[in-house]
Parts: sequence; C-alpha cells; structure tokens
Amino acid sequence: MAVAAKILRSELDQKAWDAVCDVPDPEVPVLTIEDLGVLRDVHVRADGSVEVTITPTYTGCPAMSMFAFDIEAALLSAGFERVDVKTVLTPAWTTDWLTEKAREKLRVYGIAPPNGKASRRALFGEEQVRCPKCNSANTSRISEFGSTACKALYRCNDCSEPFDYFKCI
Amino acid sequence: MTDTALFTYCMRLADDSAILSQRLGEWCGHASHLEEDIALTNIALDLIGHARELYTYAGQIEGKGRDEDALCFHRVEREFNNLLLVEQPNDDFAYAIMRQFLFSAFMHPFWEAMMNSKDEQLAGLAAKAEKEATYHLRHSAEWVIRLGDGTEESHNRINNALEFLWMYTGEMFECDEVVSSLVAKEVAIDPMSIKHLWDETVNTVLVRANLERPTESWMQTGGRKGEHSEHLGHILSPMQYLQRSFPQAQW
Repeated sequence: MAVAAKILRSELDQKAWDAVCDVPDPEVPVLTIEDLGVLRDVHVRADGSVEVTITPTYTGCPAMSMFAFDIEAALLSAGFERVDVKTVLTPAWTTDWLTEKAREKLRVYGIAPPNGKASRRALFGEEQVRCPKCNSANTSRISEFGSTACKALYRCNDCSEPFDYFKCI
Repeated sequence: MTDTALFTYCMRLADDSAILSQRLGEWCGHASHLEEDIALTNIALDLIGHARELYTYAGQIEGKGRDEDALCFHRVEREFNNLLLVEQPNDDFAYAIMRQFLFSAFMHPFWEAMMNSKDEQLAGLAAKAEKEATYHLRHSAEWVIRLGDGTEESHNRINNALEFLWMYTGEMFECDEVVSSLVAKEVAIDPMSIKHLWDETVNTVLVRANLERPTESWMQTGGRKGEHSEHLGHILSPMQYLQRSFPQAQW
C-alpha cells in the first residue's frame, strides 16, 4: 500500500485504528481518512487515552476540524475515553498516497482521480484528464480551483458532463 | 537574539499571508464570474492555512501564551509587518491579479528554497506551501497573459496595475538583520538568492502578455517596520472586529 502509515504497535492500537479508519471525508464521502492518507498514526497510551495523528491535504483545509471531531466521536463510541488528535505537516501530503482502490472509488463517484504522479509544473501547460462518465480524453479545464481546495473543474467535450478533477499535488 | 529574530521572521510571513488572504476574501461574491470567485477564495484559503501555521509557531517561539487568534486579531496596524504590496487595494480585477502574480512569482521559489531550511517547522510548512503556491502562480500568470494579450481595455488595465504595483516589489528582496542572522543559520532564505528566478518568471510572463517591464526606479519600503499605507487600517477594521468585540470568542 502506498500510504506510508506507521506500523501499528499492538492489538489495542489496531482496535483504535479500526474504529477511526472509516471516518469519511465530509467533502468527498466515498473516501475515508485511511483512503486519503490523512490518517497517519493511532496509538493507545499507557493511561488508555488515544493519540491520533492526521495530516491536512491542503494547509487551509477546513475539513480538518471536522475530521478531528468525527475521529473523537468514533473512538468514544468504540469505548475509548480520552482522545487527542494531533495534526502534523511532515511528510507533506501528496495524491501519490491515494490507493488504486481509492482512485476507482473517486471515478465511480463522478470525480476524475489524480493523474499519475505529482509533478512540479509552475507555469503553463494543461493536464490531460479523462471524463469519469464516458472515459473520453477530450476534456477541457474550466478552472483550476473547484468546490474544495483539492479539486479543479473540468468539462467533457464529448458527453458534455461537467466534472470535478481531484488535483494532483 | 535568534529566538526574537525567528519570531519576527515568522510574524512577517504570517502577516503577508493573512493580509493578502483578507484582500482576496473581499472578492467573495464579487468576482467576474463564479469560477473566478471560487479560485480567488481558494487561494485565500491556502493563505489562511499558511498564516495559521506561522502565527501558531510564532506564538510558541515567543512563549507568552499568545495563540494564532491573539497574534492575528489583537495587534494594531503599526505592529503588522506585512509587505506593502499585499495590502494594496482591489481597485479592479487587474490589480488583484497583478498583485497575486508579483507575490506568487516570489513565494513559489521562496517556499521551494525553504524546504531545505534547518528549521523543521518552516521546512515542513514549505513542503506544503510550495505545492499550493504552484497553483497560485500559474493561475495569476495565466490571467496576466489573458488580460495583457486581450482587448485594448484589458491590456490598459493590467498595464496600469503593473505600473502602479511595481514600486512595491522591491520590499520582497530587502534583507535586514533579522533575515541575515537567520540566513547565516540556514533557517531563512536570502531573498536575493531567488531574485533571478523571480526575474525569469516575471520577464517570461510579461513578454507573453505583451507588457513591458517597468524600468527600475525608487521602491517603496516600510512594511517590515510597521510603516504602512493608509489601506492597512481599513483591512484590519473588519478583519479584527469580531475578536475586538468579543475577545476570546471561539468558532
């Protein structure tokens, strides 16, 4: 799996991980925090409290506080009593961490998954993106910024479908 | 000295991001079309993210218990150390685009270089900010070209913006004791070390946009010392209103 999540330390850690890994992205509910690679580490401390480490997709991502809230709720209902959610920036999140399964889930949901590997393209040029509905490569970009920080707006020139593209970063 | 310098350095960067994001936020509901409205506020959101990280880190360095809100909303105009460029008004769309372009053309190589900083916090933020700045630069550069190479009206407007804002670009390359002491420790970036990259981007885009690079002349300065244009107070007033009226209010 491309997600570089840490190797879990114990059965209890695993139980806590299982309780939070299915927390969905509030903006893209087909993806979980595990699919996204936002969930980095789950550790149950000696005093029974749980430390969860997450990383933002974009620095200003407003979903982060929602993630923290949902993670806490999931752990409390799994029987844990205290939860600390910690945010780290390193290593920087990249769409390269999205698994094949996650990419397919996005496509079925109607969002074009990120294209290949993250690149360093500062000026000019346009990415070729396939339409998630009809798979045509004849698409055009409407805007590099979409309904959330992680998406861009595209249109299919063949089936006319407007769609979101999960930006490659 | 180092901690004071690092605090000041982080506060400058935080103020740049916070003030520019507030300026961009003014476009919400007012941009030329829906997609552009979303684009400008997306950029604003990234900048808020950078500002929050930097204010929080600065507060930790200072060690006096000031958090991101205290640092952003409970300081007066003279205590803000942002570049004069970022506080310049949204007189028209061309000004907003040119301001963004001149700033992003600097910030993109800046964050790229900062990824090698010996300060782990700054290097970590840089690795994220560099990716975001890539989009900000590309978006604003494309607009500069579209407007410059567009109609006579759009060309004139973006040219006016360029000529007006040019005198605020010198400040980005200033290197005082705060910066040089941190450059010596390989924490900060010597702005002159990325000047050639800024020049290259600016020249390439201006040529494509049929715009002439203004001749080098006197540059405005003062932002890093808290000496601002009249505009900053008018930005802070609505920005700080809620926290001033209800200190410690939580979202």
